[in-house]
Order: sequence, then C-alpha cells, then structure tokens
Amino acid sequence: MIKIRLPRIFHRLGGLAFFGLFIMTAVVLCAIFAPWIAPYELGQIDMTRQLEGPSAQHWLGTDENGADILTMLLYGARVAVIVALSTVSICTGIGLTMGAISGYYGGWIDEVLMRITEILMAFPGILLAILLIFITQEPSLLAVIGALSVSGWSGYARLVRAQVLSERDRDYVEAARAQGFRTPTILFKHVVPNITAPVIVQATFGVAGAILAEATLSFLGLGPQDLPSWGALLDQGASYFLLTPHLALFPGLTIMFTVLGINFFGDAMRDILDPRGLTRH
Amino acid sequence: MFTFLLRRLFASIFVIIGVVTLVFFILRAVPGDPVESILGEQALEVDKQSLRDCLNLDKPLHVQYGLFWKDVADGSLGHLCDERGVTVRDRLVANIPATVQLALASMLIAIMLSMPLGIAASLKPYSWIDNSSAVIALLGISIPNFWLGPMLLIAFSLTLQALPNPGSDVVGLSALILPAITLGSGLAAKLTRMTRSSMLEVLNRDYIRTAKAKGLPRWQVVTKHALRNALIPVITVLGLQFGSLLTGAIVVEKVFARPGVGMLLLESIEARNYMLVQGAVLFISFTYVLVNLLTDLVYGLVDPRIRYD
Repeated sequence: MIKIRLPRIFHRLGGLAFFGLFIMTAVVLCAIFAPWIAPYELGQIDMTRQLEGPSAQHWLGTDENGADILTMLLYGARVAVIVALSTVSICTGIGLTMGAISGYYGGWIDEVLMRITEILMAFPGILLAILLIFITQEPSLLAVIGALSVSGWSGYARLVRAQVLSERDRDYVEAARAQGFRTPTILFKHVVPNITAPVIVQATFGVAGAILAEATLSFLGLGPQDLPSWGALLDQGASYFLLTPHLALFPGLTIMFTVLGINFFGDAMRDILDPRGLTRH
Repeated sequence: MFTFLLRRLFASIFVIIGVVTLVFFILRAVPGDPVESILGEQALEVDKQSLRDCLNLDKPLHVQYGLFWKDVADGSLGHLCDERGVTVRDRLVANIPATVQLALASMLIAIMLSMPLGIAASLKPYSWIDNSSAVIALLGISIPNFWLGPMLLIAFSLTLQALPNPGSDVVGLSALILPAITLGSGLAAKLTRMTRSSMLEVLNRDYIRTAKAKGLPRWQVVTKHALRNALIPVITVLGLQFGSLLTGAIVVEKVFARPGVGMLLLESIEARNYMLVQGAVLFISFTYVLVNLLTDLVYGLVDPRIRYD
C-alpha cells in the first residue's frame, strides 16, 4: 500500500501547487463560514443601489436587484463545494467498485460493464447531464449532483479496471489467494489500495471538472434553482455586462482561479503519484 | 486491419443502439404530460388529442419504441406535428451549419495556436518558454467558455469596435472569430500539452539522433522527422475532443447568440419540446460516435505499425 506521508509530499510540491492548495483551502473556508463572513444577508436587496460598481459598502458591486455580489459569491462557494465533493465521491465510489469487479472477474460482467460505459461515454461532456436535468422539472441541488454522477462515473470505472487488470496476476494477489482470503477481501483490501494513486489524481481533476460542469449547467439555466451559484451569477451578469462589466467579471474570476488552483494542485499530484501519466484532465 | 475495421464498426453500431435506447427511455421518464407542456395547459382538448395521436403517445411503450426506431432509421427523427408539418430533421438541418462552422473554425484556431507553442516547449523542456506554455495551457483549460466569451466581447466589440456584436446581422468570417477563439481555447490548451509530450517522446528516438548526426538542418529534423511521428497521438486527441467542441458549442452559441444546434437544444429545453431535445441530443452523440470511429480508422491508416489484434 502506498503510504501518503503528507509532509514529504509537501516537500515536493512546487510554488504553483501551493498556490493551488491555498485557493482550495480558501474556497472551502468561504463555503463553511459564508454566513459569518458575508457582509450582507443572502437575498437582502436594496433597490436604490442597482448595478453599482465596487465601492466601500459593496466591495464587488451589486446586481440588478441591488444585492451584494461578494455575499452571493461566498454563498456560491457552498454550492460549488457541495456539488463538486458529492459528485466526485459518488463517481469515485461507483467507479472503484464497478471497475474493480470488472477488471478482476473479467468475462461477461466485464463485457456488460464496459459496454455500459461506452454508451455513457457516447454523450460528450455535460450532454447527458443536460438531458437528465431536463427530465426533472425544477432542477435542484440533488438533481445536479445526480446528473453529473450518472454521466461521470464511467471514466473512473475504466481507469480502475485497467489498473486492476494489470495488478490481478501479481504475486501478492496470488499469495493472498493461496492464503484463502475471500475474493472481495483480496479485491478491496489488497488490490484496490495499490491502485489508489492514479484514482486520487483523477479525482483531483474531477473536482475541478465538477465545479466547471456545475457552473456551466447553472449558466445554461439548468443549475440548482434559487441557490446562488457562480455560473448562475455569470448568466445573470451576462445580460447586463455591456452596462456593468463587473457583474460578469467577478464570478468569472472566481470560477477561473478556483479551477486553475485545483488543476495546478492536480498537476503536482500527478507528477508525484502518477509519473506514467494515466490520468487526464 | 479488416477485422479491426469490422470490430470497430460493430462496436459503434452497438453504442448507437444503446444511445438511442437510453435517450428514448430517459425522455419517456419526463414527469407530466408532454402534450400539455408543448401546447400549454389551456389548450383545447381536441388539439391535445390530435397532437397525442400524431406523436403516438397513446400507443404502448414498446410500440412507441419501435416507431421511434423507424424515425431514426429514415433520418427524420420524428414529426413535430405542428401546423407547419416539419420534422425534427428539418429544424436540425437549419441549425447544423452554424455549429459545424464554429466547431471547425475553433479546431483550426486551436491547431494554429497549439502547434508552435507545443513544439517550442518540447524543444527546450523546462525552459521559460516551456513553463509559460504550461501555465497558458492550464489557463486555457480553466477559463470557462461562458466567461471568456463575454470578456472577449467587451475587449473587442465594445472598446475597439473591431468585430461585430453578437446578434447583429453580420454573418461571415468576422462574426465567427470571437466565438471560435472562445470555443477553441480549451482544445488549444489540451493540444499544446499533447504536442509537447508527444514531441518529447519522439525527440529521444534513435532516428532523430541519426538525422541530426548526418547533418540535416535542425528545422528539417524537427518538422520532417520528429513532428510527423509525434502528430499521431495528437490526431487522436483532436478526434476525441471533437465531442467536447460540440457540447462546448452549446455554451458559446448562447453567449454569442449563434443559431446552432446548441441554441436549438436550449430553446427546446426552455419550451419543454421533448421531440426537439431528443433530436438535438441524438445528433450530437451520433456525430461524436462517428468522429471517434473515423479517428480510429485514420489512426490505423496513418500508423501502419498499429495492429489491433
């Protein structure tokens, strides 16, 4: 089992990775403490101060209802973090289980699972998620997480399957089998711990991907309704951006730096954990 | 090669069958009455009934599934059953050129940006040019299209008055440039990284050393010997990424108000017209599967060393 000793990994992280780590920590802290650090209440509007630029009262300006943009961005971090972490956990969970079973047992199980992943992967990007959200009349947070998970797990499953395939004939697996361990034990206690490195890297990029996907869905009007999502803010900002560019500027910068930070961190993780480059963005 | 071709074709047909089945059943799971969502609740009962008949909604599910296959097979993708008597295909065909132009233009831009950058980065690994190309590439992956688009618009259309605004009636090349840059940015980033790593791998080979040793000019070694061989994996990435261009087009078409397939999909979702949603989704995934199949075949042709069995 690969022991990830954090201190040593930190030694090998470059400046960009630390920048990424800093941003990730900041976003998570904003998400947790949004109600305490936000300068205004969520949903508090001031019709006398519509579409104002940055000022001392409203650091990042106000939207067309006079609501504070900084406040909405801070609460938006909650949506982003919840969607990203849930989606990636669900995808990794399903992908690990399915991929491990598929790769270890082979045969018709493998055949069926691989065909299913092929069909799911025939929908590029967030197309399947769009379709799945279409059938829920009013897209909720759960619907978005569900849609992104259904369309996202297959990549993990294929990665895990390929890894398990190359592990299953190793001596230590043989040894575990000879000792009479049950197959699930061998699979999840012996094989899976050996293949976590590329999965961790893939999941790191997956978090960035899920944040971008949620923002995209929200921008298209298919995100969680009545919640302050970064993408929805941008959509809202886009209709006024000719008047007041700041409305689209700040949510966009927030998304960009968050995703960029996670990708910097993921790149560093890949260099350390997955030098063969099995994972991708 | 022939068996590979057959097997690959067979797999694609299986995927198409799966896609059609999945889309059919997902859309039949839409809660509520599709007729009411198309016509509105206040519509006359007669109209509702005739639309229901026309869309075959009264028939049992397996019959509907069979009829759906008939519509897919004859390419019409179903009748819309409105007063104009058009099929889903007619609506799609009107919007396909805008999307295809956009996708091809952004591919072109991505190739033109990424090739020089990727090659330069590979020739001097870990130099400042390599590092900055890595950062630019990560930026390209991380900047959301729906933000880059508006920002480019502010920068060029408004302040410089250089290019036409979205929605204005100018069609042609200049109206394509900003959307294509927006859509191509992500692909450019991925291609840059792919070109770099692929070139790095090739540049260490023996035949490159031989070419250098016999005194060929450096640019000739790079373009003729290295690049040609390094391009093979790049082509694959290009093919695989075509699908994300099609989905990315949904966002870019919304930003720039381009009447493409993505726009049609969004409008149909808004109008809850499930026939059109179905058609647009099928068109995008069919194209994606087809392009992937072609990529695989080209891959086999370009690199005869590849044996598939």
